[in-house]
Amino acid sequence: MPPDNKGLFVEGDRLMTICNACRYCEGYCAVFPAMERRTAFEPADLRYLANLCHNCAECYYACQYAPPHEFAINVPRNLAEIRVESYAHYAWPRAFGAAYRANGMLIFVLLTSAIAAALIGGMQIAPPARAADFYGIIPHEKMVGLFGAIAAFVAIALAIGVRRFWRESSGGPVGLAMLRSAAGDVLKLRYLGSGGAGCTYPDEHHSLARRRFHHLTFYGFALCFASTSVAAVYHSIFGWHAPYGYFSLPVVLGAAGGIGLLAGPAGLFWLKVRHDPRTGDPRQKGLDYAFISILFVTSLTGLLLLILRGSEWMPALLSVHLAAVAVMFLTLPYGKFVHGIYRSAALLRDAAERMQYKTN
Amino acid sequence: MADQFPEFDVLIAGGGNAALCAALNAADSGCSVIVVESAPEWCRGGNSRHTRNLRHMSAAYPEDEFFADLHRVTGGRTHEHLARMTIRASANCLPWMLSHGVRFQKSLAGTLHLDRTNAFFLGGGKALMNSYYQAAARRKIRVLYDAEVVDLEIETGRFRSARVRMDGRDLEIRAKALVAAAGGFESNLEWLEEIWGPPARNFLIRGTPYNKGRVLKLLLERGAVPEGDPAQCHAVAIDARAPKFDGGIVSRLDSVPLGIVVNRHGERFYDEGEDLWPKRYAIWGRLLAEQPEQIGFSIIDSKALGCFMPSVFPAVRGDSIGELAAKLELPVDAVCSTVDRFNAAVAPGEFNHGVLDGCRTHGLPPEKTHWARRIDQPPFLGYPLRPGITFTYLGVKTGPGAAVAMQGGDVPSNIFAAGEIMAGNILGKGYLAGFGMTIGTVFGRIAGREAARAARQ
Repeated sequence: MPPDNKGLFVEGDRLMTICNACRYCEGYCAVFPAMERRTAFEPADLRYLANLCHNCAECYYACQYAPPHEFAINVPRNLAEIRVESYAHYAWPRAFGAAYRANGMLIFVLLTSAIAAALIGGMQIAPPARAADFYGIIPHEKMVGLFGAIAAFVAIALAIGVRRFWRESSGGPVGLAMLRSAAGDVLKLRYLGSGGAGCTYPDEHHSLARRRFHHLTFYGFALCFASTSVAAVYHSIFGWHAPYGYFSLPVVLGAAGGIGLLAGPAGLFWLKVRHDPRTGDPRQKGLDYAFISILFVTSLTGLLLLILRGSEWMPALLSVHLAAVAVMFLTLPYGKFVHGIYRSAALLRDAAERMQYKTN
Repeated sequence: MADQFPEFDVLIAGGGNAALCAALNAADSGCSVIVVESAPEWCRGGNSRHTRNLRHMSAAYPEDEFFADLHRVTGGRTHEHLARMTIRASANCLPWMLSHGVRFQKSLAGTLHLDRTNAFFLGGGKALMNSYYQAAARRKIRVLYDAEVVDLEIETGRFRSARVRMDGRDLEIRAKALVAAAGGFESNLEWLEEIWGPPARNFLIRGTPYNKGRVLKLLLERGAVPEGDPAQCHAVAIDARAPKFDGGIVSRLDSVPLGIVVNRHGERFYDEGEDLWPKRYAIWGRLLAEQPEQIGFSIIDSKALGCFMPSVFPAVRGDSIGELAAKLELPVDAVCSTVDRFNAAVAPGEFNHGVLDGCRTHGLPPEKTHWARRIDQPPFLGYPLRPGITFTYLGVKTGPGAAVAMQGGDVPSNIFAAGEIMAGNILGKGYLAGFGMTIGTVFGRIAGREAARAARQ
């Protein structure tokens, strides 16, 4: 590991040693009980704990040893820093882990250049003979081929990353009960709830805003994904081709998801701007804003495309939307998106440990 | 001196649990309230910052059992009427706390024996104080930080105003009633030395550096009746490497009964197996204070690992007793001979850390009466120990209405006290986990209510 990252793990070990002698925070989340199951904190343990942490910051505000106390305990910041290190550490191909450095700039450049190219290209294309005929612009096979290839690459990259995480945290076989427990934690965002009061985000007051905006984002994303999947079934199985009516299932799902994917990221952005800088890693703002922005742009162009699909703007909007979707998918394994993947894996690992602990 | 403040109904001196309970209750009665906290905002809350639970009466923990526990730890140094009143009032503390934003959790790992008697604050005492300060903000209670009460104007037993030092300037703040909830004097090193002499310089203070006892001293100088032993404090054995102040919970060390404790000369001086936690925990503070340089060394072998809470400071390790003694800068021959004599005196038995197991030594002055196992399995581990002061017992005398008794005082008073500054009325000696918070919460609420009543008259 690079020398500057070594300091992160030295600090993580120091923090966990003090926390393990205190344990006042064990009621807040999964991190502290997982810490109590350990007596040593190697980088692999700390990466696991870091991905278990949801950065709710409760433990910072509750800590009698938080700076300026001489113990200077700041768990959320250290774990946030280790979290990003872990993304790069698990990344496949390894060299692409560098994408997490200056991630905001990278994604900004990719997105704007792709959109600009698509806009220029799309404006050259005349509207198709039939209104809203997307495949008159880009043939269905090409679209499926391109996005199929991207999806396959993303799936492989993420799967390898998760496998690396799982092996490093010495995870054993996965059982159904574990999966059910972890799925509940993920889908409900249990650890952004703090038992109903909400977490201390963006400041020391409890609020459910972050959980709600995250739900809008997550379920908006899921609805958009569902919309595309339904459309694929319509196309390939029933032979029903786009465009679909405004009250058809793909459009209703896509529109609802799109609205969630506008409101969610907008809310998260609004919270992020107000986030207490003490409880996060300020160097990760680019990473966070990049993902929030790309979701927002994808959703915005998708909704515009839906509204203006019969107009002469359609070819340009379609090109721009597809460019945004392509950049979003391609960068999924090298951007903030992976937080959901590794956090889910960590929650699964946590479920496994809890069950193992109970039977012992 | 420019008087920046209007007259308040109630002035609270202090910013811990008792202070905020008083402030919230007074504000709930419709009073204007100002809280004068000597600590900066990050360190607000006095020693309540370091607490984690509150002992309360319930169906599972009835009054008589609660009082019997209190009677046992104090050796009878309690006012039964006040104590029973406090215990009964503790039964309705939790709903009040919940309604003021406090959240609870199930008891912490390693403290399961307290589950029945104590309610644990989610996140500990600082989180509790954050909840109270947020509740105070919602009620427009004025809070001054870094503001120390340096003088009290008391005329014929009635409080008029407080002189408050803030940013190097003195402010005169008038109020119709005063609640003194500013804690004891355990972080006032000069005061400690007045009582215990030069050994006090080697004491560590487990809690806030801001409990200087200034308000306590002012009240006593202005004629308040003292209560509680002025020469006693609660002290436990903590890791000698802990910071001078504010090391809190993580400086505790639970290894004493698992091995032996030697002094600077490498000699044992007390039965390490005398009793179970927490009483044993409390006695060792005083024992260490009586040793040369107020230091001791807990020595265990690798068999004891995993039997006690991990300590925040790593153990000093040696592959032989001699190596360990040298690393601890102790006389090697003396420590080796102490360990040899101890090992030779250990009688066979079935070791069980969870109970008084009767594993003991025979013919060894002083004997170790429980959990005696030979110290023979390397690596050997050592921890330096010092007395860690938790709180002091001296306070002001109060009645059931939290009013401070003044010398010769038949004057109706507008001075009330709550928390550690008056806890000696009830806890005259010893320690009962979570009971300080009980006294603070019960008397804080009473003091707030009575101060509001006094302010309206």
